[in-house]
Amino acid sequence: MKKIQIYIENKPYLVDEGLTILEACKVCGFNIPSLCTFKKGECSLASCRVCLVHVEGERRLVPSCAYPIRDGMKISISDPKAVIARRTSVELLLSNHHYNCQACRKNGQCELLEVARRVGARPEQYVGEKTITTLDELAPALVRDTSKCILCGRCVEACKNAQGIGILGFENRGFNTIVSPAQNRSFNNVPCIQCGQCTLVCPTGALMEHSEIEKLDKAFQEGKYVIVQTAPAVRAALAEEFGEPIGTNATGKMVAALKRLGFYRVFDTNFGADLTIVEEATEFIQRVVSHRPGPMITSCSPGWINYIEYYYPELIDHLSSCKSPHEMMGAIIKSYYAEKHNIDRSQICVVSIMPCVAKKFEKERSQNAVDGIADVDVVLTTRELAQLIKRSGIMWKKLPNEEFDDDLIGKYSGAGVIFGVTGGVMEAALRTAYHMLTNQEMEPIEFTPCRGLEGIKEASLTINGSRYNVAMCSGMKNAKVILEQIKNGTCEYDFVEVMGCPGGCVNGGGQPYVTPLFLPNEDDNILETYVAKRANVLYEEDKNKAIRRSHLNPDIIELYKSYLGEYGSPKAHKLLHTSYNKNRDKYPD
Amino acid sequence: MRLRKEAVDMIKEICSRYKDEPSPLMLVLSDVQKEYGYIPLEVQEIISQELDVPVSDIYGVVTFYSFFSLTPKGRYVIGVCIGTACYVKGGQNVLDKFGELLKIKPGQTTEDGLFTLDGLRCIGACGIAPAISINGKVYPKVKLSDIPKIIDEYRNKEME
Repeated sequence: MKKIQIYIENKPYLVDEGLTILEACKVCGFNIPSLCTFKKGECSLASCRVCLVHVEGERRLVPSCAYPIRDGMKISISDPKAVIARRTSVELLLSNHHYNCQACRKNGQCELLEVARRVGARPEQYVGEKTITTLDELAPALVRDTSKCILCGRCVEACKNAQGIGILGFENRGFNTIVSPAQNRSFNNVPCIQCGQCTLVCPTGALMEHSEIEKLDKAFQEGKYVIVQTAPAVRAALAEEFGEPIGTNATGKMVAALKRLGFYRVFDTNFGADLTIVEEATEFIQRVVSHRPGPMITSCSPGWINYIEYYYPELIDHLSSCKSPHEMMGAIIKSYYAEKHNIDRSQICVVSIMPCVAKKFEKERSQNAVDGIADVDVVLTTRELAQLIKRSGIMWKKLPNEEFDDDLIGKYSGAGVIFGVTGGVMEAALRTAYHMLTNQEMEPIEFTPCRGLEGIKEASLTINGSRYNVAMCSGMKNAKVILEQIKNGTCEYDFVEVMGCPGGCVNGGGQPYVTPLFLPNEDDNILETYVAKRANVLYEEDKNKAIRRSHLNPDIIELYKSYLGEYGSPKAHKLLHTSYNKNRDKYPD
Repeated sequence: MRLRKEAVDMIKEICSRYKDEPSPLMLVLSDVQKEYGYIPLEVQEIISQELDVPVSDIYGVVTFYSFFSLTPKGRYVIGVCIGTACYVKGGQNVLDKFGELLKIKPGQTTEDGLFTLDGLRCIGACGIAPAISINGKVYPKVKLSDIPKIIDEYRNKEME
């Protein structure tokens, strides 16, 4: 890459050509505050006007996020006019912002508040009329509060670019502008998949997960058996909330914290993942044997299920009928576990700690219940768990490493762990499908074509002389490519794994925010690397497990032997399988 | 609300007119507004499918430009200019008077579907301020006392 010379505060620097002023300054050690830019190539609306700098020869101050550098450019960040302009920009944003920071759940992680502090914004500098606001709390997964919105457009870009959906847009004009789904509807009344990718980029508290902490408190008050399970991806990110570097494994401390929070039992959703694998692999083989048209598509990701129901209902028959792992786990806790311990199933409250906000929606589906009792009662995100730990005064650094409860359904395999990353479900399923088809174990156990964070990956393998083509994709933009292939008959895959969020659950909508502003010790390119760092945590844990194949999990073997019968038995179907809705109205009246 | 098949076909036909344009949305919306009369959400959904543009984008454009309407417009659209020159010459009073006589607010349509009242920002007729335009016909230097006559002119037209 060609280097060019720029001057910042009259000091020369050599930087790559093609960068914006904002990016070049960061390389040289200057962090210009900005509220609308986010990832490179995304969110470049230059809407917030907070990153204004002085460039010699320019008549006006320029927005550094959208202004390319050129050779010999002289930039000043500390120019008095620029300093005042940045402060004014933030003060104007604040003038139309609902100040209740002390009650706002985003406090402590709010970029607006932090930037306001950095530019020295004065309180209530401009006071006047405010835009009429909307509070949408109808959707089980997401809350939208436009009184907090600063119209930066990050969420609009995330929904459109990262997911290829475009639920959110700018509505009306001028002072009345809001960011909302069409007609200012609730997320529940538009074809929103409730993945929560928008919550990951929102710089304020305008878009957040729908908190269920109060529901949990109520279950404890009622004296229920509150049993918690944690998804694989949670351990890969929870430590970030307590200042540890991205890519720290938090399994032991997370379990210790959950035990100190008073849960009756602490289980790992990975057991549910192992269960999903044996059921899903069985279903796959049955489909192949009965020559049903391929491919079969995984069904673990609730955002993805929403997507196919809304946008490709004609392809729903391709979905596996398996419930997602935490729903299976919930169903087993309320049947097998409850019966073995003689606990009334109505007295059990199953809490799932998930990297996902769409799971909050999923647990409400009537299909995810057995005999009228929901499999899962409360879903908390990784972020909500961190909030819970902080609320309880638990000191993260003093937590020891503890083990999950080993009680009937406490063991898990390495295959379950890698469910949290794109390609992981496929790799885990192939390990077991190989065994089912050949009665031998697949060697080597790592199937590397499944690994990596590309949007779409392909692989093929030959088992017993038959060749199987598989594909793995994450993010709905990529799923759409494969769905179109199926639709027009050009799809050659037998088995497809889809995860709703780009990179898989490690980058789920309920995971800790990755905000460079608050992460001074992480690399500059952390937004490009954090997903891989979290994924690596899971692959490491898999590597270190003694049992790495779902069908060899002794608790799974015992569950089938003493309770479910064989894989895919009628009882297994009643508890562990679900159905989908082909007639979902996109814009209900 | 479900659209009739004729309506769906009409919207699809309009979309197909501009299929070779790099950015056809404004052209399509403009024709739909003129030919269908308004652009409700149901119509936007069809445009969204045909052009592969998210509904939220279309909704944003429709609510941004006052030319586009989410509700049916009346047979006669009364545009009262409240641009700077007309405003100074009493355009706001003209708008209020129309509203009072028709019993509607700007942006609304009378119950009989005859009139829609809109406030416009400059129709380029500053020399004859305050000006109004009804279905394209411009009335210069409108006095408040003229307004009942103007309304009657159109009511009578309907009677005939």
